Amino acid sequence: MSVDTAAQPVAETSHEPELVQLLTPEGQRVPHEHYDSLVADVTADDIRAMYRELVLARRVDSEAVSLQRQGELGLWPSLLGQEAAQIGSARALRPQDHVFPTYREHGVALHRDVDPVRLLALFRGVDQGSWDPAQSHFHLYTIVIGAQTLHATGYAMGVQRDGAIGTGDPGRDTAVMAYFGDGATSQGSVSEAFIWAGVTNAPVVFFCQNNQWAISEPLERQTRVPLYKRAAGFGFPGVRVDGNDVLACLAVSREALQRARDGEGPTLVEAFTYRMGAHTTSDDPTRYRLNAELEHWRLKDPVERVKAYMVRNDLADQAFFDELSDESDQLAERMRAECRSLPEPAPTSIFDHVYVEPTPGLVEQRDGMAAYLDSFADEEVHQ
Amino acid sequence: MSAESMTIAKAVNAGLRRAMEGDDHVLVMGEDVGRLGGVFRVTDGLQKDFGEDRVIDTPLAEGGIIGTAVGLALRGYRPVCEIQFDGFVFPGYDQIVSQVAKMHFRSGGRLRLPIVIRIPYGGSIGAVEHHSESPEAYFAHTPGLKVVTCSNALDAYWMVQQAVALDDPVVFFEPKRRYYEKAEVDPAVDAADVLALESARVTLPGDDVTVAAYGPMVKTCLDAASAAADEGRSIEVVDLRSLSPLELGTVYESVRRTGRLVVVHEAQRTLGIGAEVAARVTEECFYSLEAPVQRVTGYDTPYPPARVEEQYLPDLDRVLDAVDRSLAY
Repeated sequence: MSVDTAAQPVAETSHEPELVQLLTPEGQRVPHEHYDSLVADVTADDIRAMYRELVLARRVDSEAVSLQRQGELGLWPSLLGQEAAQIGSARALRPQDHVFPTYREHGVALHRDVDPVRLLALFRGVDQGSWDPAQSHFHLYTIVIGAQTLHATGYAMGVQRDGAIGTGDPGRDTAVMAYFGDGATSQGSVSEAFIWAGVTNAPVVFFCQNNQWAISEPLERQTRVPLYKRAAGFGFPGVRVDGNDVLACLAVSREALQRARDGEGPTLVEAFTYRMGAHTTSDDPTRYRLNAELEHWRLKDPVERVKAYMVRNDLADQAFFDELSDESDQLAERMRAECRSLPEPAPTSIFDHVYVEPTPGLVEQRDGMAAYLDSFADEEVHQ
Repeated sequence: MSAESMTIAKAVNAGLRRAMEGDDHVLVMGEDVGRLGGVFRVTDGLQKDFGEDRVIDTPLAEGGIIGTAVGLALRGYRPVCEIQFDGFVFPGYDQIVSQVAKMHFRSGGRLRLPIVIRIPYGGSIGAVEHHSESPEAYFAHTPGLKVVTCSNALDAYWMVQQAVALDDPVVFFEPKRRYYEKAEVDPAVDAADVLALESARVTLPGDDVTVAAYGPMVKTCLDAASAAADEGRSIEVVDLRSLSPLELGTVYESVRRTGRLVVVHEAQRTLGIGAEVAARVTEECFYSLEAPVQRVTGYDTPYPPARVEEQYLPDLDRVLDAVDRSLAY
């Protein structure tokens, strides 16, 4: 068995890929023939707002990692390095657009006004998702890899049937955004979602954050072609964007979402980025990847490049940065306090919502548990 | 080689290593099993020693892992597939129940699929959804699959080798909350003298009540027996080990002596392994029973958030409570 069965990466995955970029890692705005027009309306206020969200998303993440280290959370999947992909794409959404996240979309959640404490509750093990997806248009986190891409596609088929595309009414036309990672592209359900969306021309954007690693497995264990090129085989456009460039992510997402809202069908966006942290707090990436790679990507930091752009163009003064720093500190403090004071779920709460109406068998089990737990309370009283 | 104290995780690793040394057609495949050595490090070092052709970091797709294992097995290989967590087996469920389980039958016995599907299972690790489930009954309910589970390092070491050696497909459940518990393992023992894969074992002899369990719950029941002994009650603990086929002769023999049976598992109650054990013990030992068979199980709910999982899972107190109920008859 000496044959070489390991996939060899094709040239394009091993070199710097062709990708849409509007802001260089040094914070220099570079012109783009096509995508400039999609961000022509972006003002200095918008840049500051973007930067604010990038900073807060990173702070939510670092605070959660700390809380996990202190034993307050069971687990936390860090978004470090993926802030621009998330904030840029999220800012292209309209209120009525519906989002289907993985378990790492903390930045998108933040933009959709899902309180970070709700995310903490999930990873603390208090509940399994306590925000209202109908209200925030941000679905619950999905942990089984790739499953949500089909849900997004089905939701988009519902949008089609409601006539909520192609009317030209910006308050009505609706797109659906499915987030997933490079590892997920191997799952059958993701290919099925691509097939369904292609065949039905569903108004869905597949936003793949290619962070180069599926736990310990590098991209070449999942694909031999650049991921965005897969879209062609399913009959819709694919585009690769610098996932660490918030402006480019905004531009590309705006175009893709508008295509969907206009009834022109799905788009695959591959946001080329990097998972700067571990897969989750349970993972130890030093076992499988080189520090040099991390250093290479550190130079492309998604937050720093916006700050450099702002400074270079005099878009913010020191007071802005100071205020943001204060806001970030306050958010972190609130997260710490509210995380620690999250109410513990009652044991009998596990019987709630198994069905719309409780079944007799479950009622019996719930009452049995309550009586059993009460028997300990009696013992304590009698002692 | 003499006896060595090792964890369950290390014992599975050592068992796999020995199986791979003994037969170069044994392959290990799964997500992160190679370079990383698996998220629980169960396959640690195997890729380094046996190479990337025999220890395969697969694409992230459980259906693909099982489906390609079928093809490899048809070509003469003996794949050992790792499913990273219990709740992630379901994208591969179709391949397991529709293809793996039936291939031998539908080929009139011409085709054999010596595939082992390793699944770390069970709760009490404070995890998020899909990381703490006990799906063994789905597989035990499927004819054509053998379903086994180890409760300690000694069994882990031998059972994984026996599973690999078997020409039937085996779903091999590993009690992840017990991965780092140790036992003495003596690799020098003659494999022919090791308890057969499809046999139950009396782990602790006793006289008053039989408690049957498997996987992670065996330790819980041994702890309960120890506590009961302090109160003068003698519990016999049976480790079922094989859930399909379910070898209940050991349990019948025990129940005929004690007259009482408690079955314990983490999995939800309805149509679980406990239900099958209760039915068959009632059929076989009706005149020996002094009390109805008691079940101590997870509740009939989805696996709950981590902060309430200890109330969901059977523990020492719930086992003793069931023992009391049995003795009250």
